[in-house]
Amino acid sequence: MKVAILKLRGILLTSIPIDMNDEDAMAFQADVLRMLSDTEATGLVIDITAMNVVDSYMARVINDTAVQAGMLGAQVVLCGMQPDVALTLIEMGRELIGVETALNLDQAFNRLETMIEEREA
Amino acid sequence: MKNEPGMMVAVTQEWHVARAQRAATALARSVGLSQVAVYSLATSVSELANNLFFHTRVGGTITLRAVRQNGSVGVEIVAEDDGPGIADVDSAMRDGFTTNGGLGVGLPGVKRLMDEFEIESQVGAGTRVVAVIWSAGATLQP
Ligand SMILES: Nc1ncnc2c1ncn2[C@@H]1O[C@H](COP(=O)(O)OP(=O)(O)OP(=O)(O)O)[C@@H](O)[C@H]1O
Ligand SMILES: [Mg+2]
Repeated sequence: MKVAILKLRGILLTSIPIDMNDEDAMAFQADVLRMLSDTEATGLVIDITAMNVVDSYMARVINDTAVQAGMLGAQVVLCGMQPDVALTLIEMGRELIGVETALNLDQAFNRLETMIEEREA
Repeated sequence: MKNEPGMMVAVTQEWHVARAQRAATALARSVGLSQVAVYSLATSVSELANNLFFHTRVGGTITLRAVRQNGSVGVEIVAEDDGPGIADVDSAMRDGFTTNGGLGVGLPGVKRLMDEFEIESQVGAGTRVVAVIWSAGATLQP
């Protein structure tokens, strides 16, 4: 199963599907990084609205992707975490996700724009 | 505690983790756990199944069953393997302790997410984790 990655004005947008398995996760990570370097995008939004379970493995995939995207010069924002999922994640470990988060896509784009402006200032 | 027959999922390959997780979600929904409890259970099963896959050569089993006590209903997970065992269980239960470059939050996370948690391990013999989540133990009701 391939995860779609869209490009909108220099920002890559991707949505993690509900049933992503570990293999898909690795492919996803590679695809995002390849597309970042191909398109020279300055930002990446990862939407996790569909995800019910963010276990330590998925947290690691998300964090690694963010760190590597950062090395390629992109800012990363995670959005769409459901409140029940956030509760589970806090119990699992407060520092599990070390990525900027936003409530929804709109806020994620605003947040990214500010981050990119700040960096370029 | 009145027990119902359990459902066993063998975890010997990586994709079995997702299968165990789906079975847990379905069981938790069918006994009427709250959404937070369902996600807590699913996350715990995922962590324990990942440990079976990543830390033992042979894999192991996840057994799930509905449990009832004093009018309250819950789901029990038993994760068992005949793998290498854990030399220092106290260390393994600490946040950040890992022997293979993980985040080291799996076991302590499961302990926080579940209402009851027990771990027994013997080097060379294997590991057994038993954890229960109760419907009344959830912090938020829908
Ligand atoms: N079933 C098992 N058999 C043998 N050793 C285990 C088992 N489960 C856990 N361990 C040991 O306990 C340590 C801690 O496990 P824990 O799940 O907390 O972290 P992790 O698996 O290393 O990383 P994470 O779960 O955050 O990806 C492991 O690194 C491993 O050494
Ligand atoms: Mg683990």
